[in-house]
Amino acid sequence: MNSRGLKMIKKMLLASVLIPAAVSASGPELHLDKAPVSTDPAALQHGAKLFVNYCLNCHGASYVRYNRLTEIGLSTDSIKDNLMFTAEKVGEQMTIAMRPAEAKAWFGAAPPDLSVIARSRASEFGSGADWLYTYLRTFYRDPARPTGWNNVVFENVGMPHILYELQGEQVAKISEKDDGHGGKVKEVNLELAKPGKLSKDEYDKAVGDLVSYLVWMGEPVAEKRKAIGKVVLAALAGLFVLAFALKKNYWKDIH
Amino acid sequence: MTTKAEAVINWIDERFPLTASIKGHLTEYYAPKNFNFWYFFGSLALMVLVIQIVTGIFLVMHYKPDASLNAAGVPVAFASVEYIMRDVPGGWLIRYMHSTGASAFFIVVYLHMFRGLLYGSYRKPRELIWIFGVLIFLALMAEAFMGYLLPWGQMSFWGAQVIVNLFSAIPVIGPDLSLVIRGDYVVSDATLNRFFSFHVIAVPLVLIGLVAAHIVALHEVGSNNPDGVEIKKKKDANGIPLDGIPFHPYYTVKDIVGVVAFLFVFTAIVFFAPEGGGYFLEFNNFIPADPLKTPPHIAPVWYFTPFYSVLRAVTYPLFGIDAKFWGVVAMGAAVVIIAFLPWLDRSPVKSIRYKGPIFKAVLAVFVVAFVILGYLGVLPPTPGRTLVSQICSVIYFGFFLLMPWYSKMDQCKPEPERVNFK
Repeated sequence: MNSRGLKMIKKMLLASVLIPAAVSASGPELHLDKAPVSTDPAALQHGAKLFVNYCLNCHGASYVRYNRLTEIGLSTDSIKDNLMFTAEKVGEQMTIAMRPAEAKAWFGAAPPDLSVIARSRASEFGSGADWLYTYLRTFYRDPARPTGWNNVVFENVGMPHILYELQGEQVAKISEKDDGHGGKVKEVNLELAKPGKLSKDEYDKAVGDLVSYLVWMGEPVAEKRKAIGKVVLAALAGLFVLAFALKKNYWKDIH
Repeated sequence: MTTKAEAVINWIDERFPLTASIKGHLTEYYAPKNFNFWYFFGSLALMVLVIQIVTGIFLVMHYKPDASLNAAGVPVAFASVEYIMRDVPGGWLIRYMHSTGASAFFIVVYLHMFRGLLYGSYRKPRELIWIFGVLIFLALMAEAFMGYLLPWGQMSFWGAQVIVNLFSAIPVIGPDLSLVIRGDYVVSDATLNRFFSFHVIAVPLVLIGLVAAHIVALHEVGSNNPDGVEIKKKKDANGIPLDGIPFHPYYTVKDIVGVVAFLFVFTAIVFFAPEGGGYFLEFNNFIPADPLKTPPHIAPVWYFTPFYSVLRAVTYPLFGIDAKFWGVVAMGAAVVIIAFLPWLDRSPVKSIRYKGPIFKAVLAVFVVAFVILGYLGVLPPTPGRTLVSQICSVIYFGFFLLMPWYSKMDQCKPEPERVNFK
């Protein structure tokens, strides 16, 4: 490459770095906690157990087959014995009996399929896992809502706090705060009013495992993909050396 | 005595110009020896086209263009993409190559077009190559736009809804035209199926035909080079350009280096960041299309955003017609105007190496304005952003429309007799 080409690229890169700073994004800010996403089989298995027990009654995961869970270290028998409540064959998909139209009538909106929920919830404020991790930990009692529950990151959500027996019941202290630009922002502070079966740390860990499972389920091939990627990149790097040497050799006579 | 292999070649040559084609396009096609970095992107664009076609063929084997809901309440088209990602062996790789390939195609093509701007590749006698190129760009935009509907996610659906609605702003024929494009009053199963048909058959045929015309025209007149001088003006006793070298083997071995380097970056994205930070696969598109739930912010995919910004920059109604219509006109004009470059550039030299400070400054401002337009197209509009995009749109059109004047008054250096090569 000649130096002019390089200079041009540098200019373009510089421009693209500077511009976003000049026209910064605005909109409602969402504060998300960093999710402790794990690929450890024990965490994923614990997450799978929570998922099947608490989520898979109203939400399906209709692109995921039960036998895929062998990839997080479960045996076919343990999947059949411990995780399959409604399905008969281990190759079946994680579907639910509730029909979408009925669900809509009962909840106002049909509970979404959760297969790729961790991928769809990503935004400029954080990963999909961060959103889910924060969401599942910020339900609070709200008598104004039909379910008696509200949520900090998903206001007026149709879903009740399904994990309340684990977390307990939180109440919200809502105050208004200056946002530093002359406007007001709503600030919600949560307090545990009635403890659940788990301590705060235990509950955070459980939700972390559940979110890890949801992330795994969003793209079960993700870890394998990265492993293959390393081999492919190494092979291409080797090929580059050969291709470059071949080019040098052919071009040595061109003056 | 001829060997058996030669006999077979002779037999073919008497019936089909095999040897003549190989000579004319490869072994005796003389390309300037001073191609630099920017000249990789033509062959790379061809390779990405092949990647898209081959991966596309395999995707069609399992993809289902069907907007009806399956038993679990998910649109069949959306579910079939996840089926490819999970249950088809290697399907995830094919799909990620195709989705990353779409963005890679535009990156490569934008750089290829920028090369043309740098070295005046559109100037006489290469006007037709340039026009074919602009048509390829148009076909590519249509191909990408229709392909984006197929996964049937929220952004697929609402992006198509917004863009097709633009056509309804055209006076008199608009409403009927958008009806014909959708095949329905809203984006629906009919739209999905006709977009599928266009995406896998009609537009690829047009694309391949245009690419063939682009290359045939190029090989007729010969390649330009970073110095912008015609190598055919200085030939040796055998009629071979003094600064030309046979495309094969010299540029085939060189392009292999470019291909491997490109594939390194491409596979790094495919294997380690297939979502491209939400720009290659938008996060919202992991939610199945829901005609009843409009996303708060609908952004087109990144490669359309500069032109989308031009569209949104037009906020004044004119001659009693809606501003939206003039926005559509401006967006169309922003693409079509590129085709007129050969006649807008009046500079005595082709290459930026010998052009004066005015062109260099104007080009730099143009590139910055284009990048800003692209960035703003991703964001929801605010009055401040609209003003910035209006200024950048004026710069964009000014670059082209004022070129006949500024290219003439620029202080250019004399072109060399022969190309520079060290």
